[in-house]
Amino acid sequence: MIARRSLVMFAGLFVLFTVIGWFLGAANISLLLVQSFAYALIALGLNIQWGYGGLFNFGIMGMLMLGGAAVTFISYPVNAQFWGSEGPLMLGKALLAFLAGFLLVWGARHADRIGIKGRWKSVVTVLAWIVAYTVYRSQIDPAAAYIETSGGGWVGGLGLHPVLGWLFGGVLAAGVAYVVGKICLGLRTDYLAIATIGISEIIRALLKNMDWLTRGTLTVSPIPWPTPIPQDLQAQGVSISESFIYARLGFLGLVIIVLAVAFFLVQRAYGGPWGRMMRAIRDNHIAAASMGKNVTRRQLEIFVLGSVLMGIGGAMLVSFQQIYDPGAYQPINHTFLIWVMVIVGGAGNNWGAVFGALLIYITWMISDPVSQWLFNNISNWSTDMGWGAIPEIQSRASQMRVFVLGVVITIALRYAPRGLIPEVVRREA
Amino acid sequence: MNELIFFFNNVVVAGVVLGSIYAVGAIGVTLIFGILRFAHFAHGDMMTMGAFIAFLLAMAATALGITTPVVPTGFLVLPLAMILAAIIALGLDKGFYAPLRKRGARPVTMLIASIGVTLIIQGMIRLFFGSGTYSFFETEQKQLVRIPVPLEGVTRTINFTQPQLLMVLCTAVAVLALHFFLTRSRLGKAMRAMADNADLAQVSGINTKLVVRVTWIIAGSLAAMAGTMLALDVNLKPDLAFNIVLPIFAAAIVGGLGQSYGAIAGGFLIGFAETLAIFNWSVLLRPVAGSLPFELPATLAIVPTEYKLTVAFVILVVVLLWRPTGIFKGAST
Repeated sequence: MIARRSLVMFAGLFVLFTVIGWFLGAANISLLLVQSFAYALIALGLNIQWGYGGLFNFGIMGMLMLGGAAVTFISYPVNAQFWGSEGPLMLGKALLAFLAGFLLVWGARHADRIGIKGRWKSVVTVLAWIVAYTVYRSQIDPAAAYIETSGGGWVGGLGLHPVLGWLFGGVLAAGVAYVVGKICLGLRTDYLAIATIGISEIIRALLKNMDWLTRGTLTVSPIPWPTPIPQDLQAQGVSISESFIYARLGFLGLVIIVLAVAFFLVQRAYGGPWGRMMRAIRDNHIAAASMGKNVTRRQLEIFVLGSVLMGIGGAMLVSFQQIYDPGAYQPINHTFLIWVMVIVGGAGNNWGAVFGALLIYITWMISDPVSQWLFNNISNWSTDMGWGAIPEIQSRASQMRVFVLGVVITIALRYAPRGLIPEVVRREA
Repeated sequence: MNELIFFFNNVVVAGVVLGSIYAVGAIGVTLIFGILRFAHFAHGDMMTMGAFIAFLLAMAATALGITTPVVPTGFLVLPLAMILAAIIALGLDKGFYAPLRKRGARPVTMLIASIGVTLIIQGMIRLFFGSGTYSFFETEQKQLVRIPVPLEGVTRTINFTQPQLLMVLCTAVAVLALHFFLTRSRLGKAMRAMADNADLAQVSGINTKLVVRVTWIIAGSLAAMAGTMLALDVNLKPDLAFNIVLPIFAAAIVGGLGQSYGAIAGGFLIGFAETLAIFNWSVLLRPVAGSLPFELPATLAIVPTEYKLTVAFVILVVVLLWRPTGIFKGAST
């Protein structure tokens, strides 16, 4: 029943994409396809966390930013001026200071081993944090100031292959997710949501203001593609309009391969004992714990796994757009949008998550031109009626996306709370 | 002494103003959580919406010539804006949350629904007001209050603006009114009873539907008040409160979700923490610079100014770890 329903749904989606592609042209629809499939990977990551594990992660934006920073660092050409200056040495010192501070705090947290207990341990821990922070700031501040003024502006990249950058994006997101999960996963749902939002805002503030690492609001571009870019194809004699289509299709192929591999693994995991255990924890973690499952550890596991997919997805988006702009990340576009995708598609069902991602992304992107067309018509009509035109149609129409997104999620919650392609609950007869 | 007055102007005044805004916002969040048991994310956009209502009313009042030289028009129209915002809050509840509540939706679903409401309100505001910046003080001036300190050798004066003074007074009035409502009136007592135990309140004959409505009225009007105060202190932008909603949640959680007095304390705590963290301490240390064992840098702030909002999140995360139910024990469901 659900299999047939999802087949119909996907067929409808295919028709929708074809019609929109017919209107917008092949170059534009190939652009939308690449981005929507990258979002599908991210939605898959959230589907693991929320659909399988019931974790309320509202910090997706932070993971996407980390992925983007990672691919920028790995694949952007080497900045020779930085490596020739004293910057690397100063950064090395800052890293040592960071490690020393980390060890100090770690030591303070284990101070009970040497007989410092209770209140004194808290005092020692707080003191250790203060000392570690002061030491780190005393090293990193001059290093950052030096690099930004005379050390080449920023650290630049490593000039490696972008696919390595995607992998590093996953690894970086996993590392941060491990720390975040260790801190936050003990919290109950809505506290977890607020804590993860807070952490993603901290990540955003850091990446936006660490000009020496990411160039901050100055943005980094052009970030290389893993596949031939349109200019390469033009050099081989392909016409300009076709070169964009072929280049984007090449990128799309790579994204789909990554998505297919991730989908296969995630789908297998869902059906296996591991997935069953996760659903047991999601539905009743007390019962699962009483059956001997290590709930906190498993939740940490799934939080990290989901974040890996988000990191890779974020990295793919940045390398496709060829620009890394930490100022362009917004919770609406990079956290809530993905939540709407998973809720509308169907939490707990991977097909649903992918379907929701493609559907919502295309809705999100075309609500701008559609509302512009609508406003133009209303404006013409009101002008004919003698009431004057609507001012600033262009900027108003682009704000309609947010409104449409809100309406979509409200309708979905009211009429299809389990999503368009809901999770299949098998019961033994 | 001059340095101390600088400290007062930059930390105490700014902290009290910011703290008042956070406190008034956090009361609404905490009341909704206490009664309806979900984290209401759309509160920040209710604040922005309230501020825009007040802005429109202020423009209308100016156009009609209803102004006084004493009080800024923004404050003059505040009561009316609060009433309108309360009505809209009731409408939002009826349109978006009540159907889900009737179905017995989990708090998580309500939270997601509130994000939908956030997006809808924000979309509407942006649709009508674009993405520009507006100010309440286009036709009138922000009056600056300077109080000279009668001490020898003091050249600096204690500075604050007249709206800031009014804001603190408004907050005090609102907090006192809420206090008397919650402790003296029958309905306020019913509200506290329902926050403690909704089922028990219902079987003992409390009209829970009325309590829910009153909660939305209080939360909506306080959100409009907080939003207008914020807009009067800085500027009015469509995404005005989007950055503020997280510090407000931080304040509500730090104070213990469901605890009105905790929310006030949390609001001031977060407000002061933010202003203290970005204060340039080397100004205070400058008179004793000669006797310090190290050279005094030009700026010595705990965090750089651009990380101001981050302070709230760090406090939030620390409090969540150290005492997840807040410093005053909050409701835990």
